[in-house]
Amino acid sequence: MNQEMKKIIEEKINSSAVFLFMKGTPENPQCGFSAQVVQILDDLGIEFGSFDILSDESIRQGIKEYANWPTIPQLYINGKFVGGCDIVRELAASGELLELITQ
Amino acid sequence: MLNRIKQKLEAAFPGAKVQIADTSAGHETHNSSGAHLAVLIIYKGFAGKSLVEQHQLVYAALKEEMREQVHALKIKTRSE
Repeated sequence: MNQEMKKIIEEKINSSAVFLFMKGTPENPQCGFSAQVVQILDDLGIEFGSFDILSDESIRQGIKEYANWPTIPQLYINGKFVGGCDIVRELAASGELLELITQ
Repeated sequence: MLNRIKQKLEAAFPGAKVQIADTSAGHETHNSSGAHLAVLIIYKGFAGKSLVEQHQLVYAALKEEMREQVHALKIKTRSE
């Protein structure tokens, strides 16, 4: 991946302690999996930044390569890739998600 | 397609217990781009790997399918 795309992605990820690449916006998610992650974060009272990958095809492809992860949503905490919908659900259920955020 | 995916996963994770289900029903409205599948893989080799690493291995095994035939893959992995 080129350095420019990497920089754009890392600027977004580092713009907030918790950052979500999703389809749509937190107010209006465009996919059930993105909606689920938003719901989990909201339920836990976690503030997060987000980016709608439907608004930019190059970033949509870029983050798949960046995280070596072929699907959206993608959640990042403190700059580190945490997982997609299934992992976020597991971590929320076990309490590990809050631990990651408060570390 | 389900059988082929199951075979690919069993080849990628020797000795693993693989369950696969087609959960496309209920997603018809936006299902034009492929199937919704759910897999459960119990594989000793997952021990010591993070959840992200485990799921990355599953995606890697199904790289071709993820590109076109599969719209969404719900993954559950365990080491035992």
